[in-house]
Amino acid sequence: MAELTYRDAVTRGIAQEMARDPDVVFFGEDVAKAGGVFKTTVGLLEQFGPLRVRDPPISELAIMGAAMGAAMTGLKPIAEIMFSDFFAVCFDYIANEFGKSRYMSNGQLKCPLVVRTGNGAGSRFGAQHSQSVENWCMMIPGLKVVAPSTPRDVIGLLAAAVRDPDPVIFFEHKSLYATKGEVPDGEIVDQLGTAKIVRPGRDATILALAFMVPRALEAAEKLKAEHGLDCEVIDVRSLVPLDTQTILGSLARTHRLFTVEENPRLCGWGAEIVSIAADEAFYDLDGPPVRITTPHLPLPATDILEDMVLPTADRIVDRVRRSLSA
Amino acid sequence: MARKPAHAPGETAGQPGLNDDIGEKMRLTMYRMQVEIRQSEQRAYDLFLQNLVKGTSHLSLGQEAVATGFAAAMKPGDLSFCTYRGHAHTLARGVPIERVLGELMQRDNGLMRGKGGSMHLTSVEHGVMGSYAIVGAHLPIACGAAWRAQYKGDKDVSVCFFGDGTTNIGAFHEALNFAAVWKLPVIFVCENNLYMEYTPIGEVTSVEHPAADRAASYGLERIVLDGQDADTIYRAARAAYDKARAGGGPSLIECMTYRYSGHSRADPAKYRPDGELDAWKKRDPIKIYRDRLIQFGIAENVIAGIETDVNRRVDEATEKCKAAPPPSLDLLTSDVYADGGWAWRN
Ligand SMILES: Cc1ncc(C[n+]2csc(CCOP(=O)(O)OP(=O)(O)O)c2C)c(N)n1
Ligand SMILES: [Mg+2]
Repeated sequence: MAELTYRDAVTRGIAQEMARDPDVVFFGEDVAKAGGVFKTTVGLLEQFGPLRVRDPPISELAIMGAAMGAAMTGLKPIAEIMFSDFFAVCFDYIANEFGKSRYMSNGQLKCPLVVRTGNGAGSRFGAQHSQSVENWCMMIPGLKVVAPSTPRDVIGLLAAAVRDPDPVIFFEHKSLYATKGEVPDGEIVDQLGTAKIVRPGRDATILALAFMVPRALEAAEKLKAEHGLDCEVIDVRSLVPLDTQTILGSLARTHRLFTVEENPRLCGWGAEIVSIAADEAFYDLDGPPVRITTPHLPLPATDILEDMVLPTADRIVDRVRRSLSA
Repeated sequence: MARKPAHAPGETAGQPGLNDDIGEKMRLTMYRMQVEIRQSEQRAYDLFLQNLVKGTSHLSLGQEAVATGFAAAMKPGDLSFCTYRGHAHTLARGVPIERVLGELMQRDNGLMRGKGGSMHLTSVEHGVMGSYAIVGAHLPIACGAAWRAQYKGDKDVSVCFFGDGTTNIGAFHEALNFAAVWKLPVIFVCENNLYMEYTPIGEVTSVEHPAADRAASYGLERIVLDGQDADTIYRAARAAYDKARAGGGPSLIECMTYRYSGHSRADPAKYRPDGELDAWKKRDPIKIYRDRLIQFGIAENVIAGIETDVNRRVDEATEKCKAAPPPSLDLLTSDVYADGGWAWRN
């Protein structure tokens, strides 16, 4: 057991998989010599050499397309898109190519790749370098979508993503890179499609993803200490496949549902889960489900404004407390 | 002013004739292939008029020599990446006519059993790694396949076909630079048929030759070929493949050609100036090749024998497709994910 940062967990996760399988290759802008703009890939070039760890040009289309071509023909590429906002530049591969080639070819083509990307707000980078865009990928049939919140999950879910035979979009949260957590020694392999109950509770279910998980946990502690409310917090971890059993199982015990989403309001991942709950767990619910999200705004750069829009522990406490006492 | 093409049309190695570097056997193979593409495409058009081809389709009538020359110079294991105008390239890799027509007719015997449609012909066992309908998307994908060959020390080349219009999309330029910098064994083949969908390429492009005149930007040789002469194509393809296999990196090859029909089945091609089609038909690739075979001393009855044999096979394929059932309904949810199904939740 060692304490590791989320950032170093990314490096360890990639290294674990590259050491295991020579067909795993890794490339992205500035990832090799420079070790990544977020310093998540320092030392990989030295460890695995210039044939397996490569710096492409600033060509998001070429990066995504090359990852797909390599995956189709036998490699297990990990591609990095520096900021998830840049998915918009190469969205063809996400929307039209990765997840559709197997289906269109009636099972002839495969696409076992991983795209890693820096997602989310908190760095005061403004509207084009701070977005949470998991929902851009969640809506595409054929993709898998994961977003870990702890160093241990980074390693385990990255390993699961690399070993998965389908295209996986792997969202790392920029504001979590410096956070620390306990990580066991040796190989770590997790399972896609599994949510985790990170704090058991009886009075309400709070779903959160990535950077919102620590905030939801902090809120749950405050709700307990200050208001005597015992909330269950679930780290959703994997949007596709979605672990509805864990989520609906929790609802059957707590009877109240809250989602904490960093994305702007419309069509966030929580909307889909609320709709599933309405469909399949309506009679388990004792009150209306509540989505706590960033308002439907572009993200402002300045810290005082960015801090106003992201869900905070205090906002979560306030919203949950008001709903439960209503 | 057009510059002199790097490879002049009709340029040969050795004395032209049946014993030159291409030889009799390969020439008969290439003639048969061009006739097969011509007749299959013509049949696709006829079936469309009979309302038996559903959806869209994009024919390569007039462009047969390009597909033939590049495929004939390939080795087994080489990979083709095509566009929606991909029937010709698929047939040229040896995919049975029946499987192609079956997909156009969306029958169970189609290459993808009707799940892909005419724009996405794929036959991995023949090295046809998909046909792509988003303009430009497959150029970077071909780079990735070539990267795998480079990384694994495999000797196959990836050959990526696209139109003139594709040279103005970002993916073209990203792929060219990427392939050149990484020295990838990938061949980019621009079939310049003078038109995008309806707009002449010259009206929207800053240079005369939309692919070749950009080659210098990527440190590549400027190559413009007569796309109506399969021998010219074959020789240029062979040279490019050899270079790629030897670690010499990518090539960009522009082939001047013409499509006889409209862009897709819905297009009567009224935007073309009078006489243009007739002028190109005088340089019909199959006529050029047939005349050459005669000139080289192949007997008329041998040539006619190929033509009737192909005709018989196209007829047989057509009958098989007409008799084939529609695909079974369970295909709807199969092969979304690698487990064979479509489950996105538990
Ligand atoms: C990104 C994108 N833009 C536009 C289209 C619509 N479209 C389909 S084919 C085509 C023309 C392509 O012309 P060219 O590259 O010359 O190929 P050709 O059809 O002549 O073989 C267009 C504009 C598309 N499929 N994808
Ligand atoms: Mg064209």
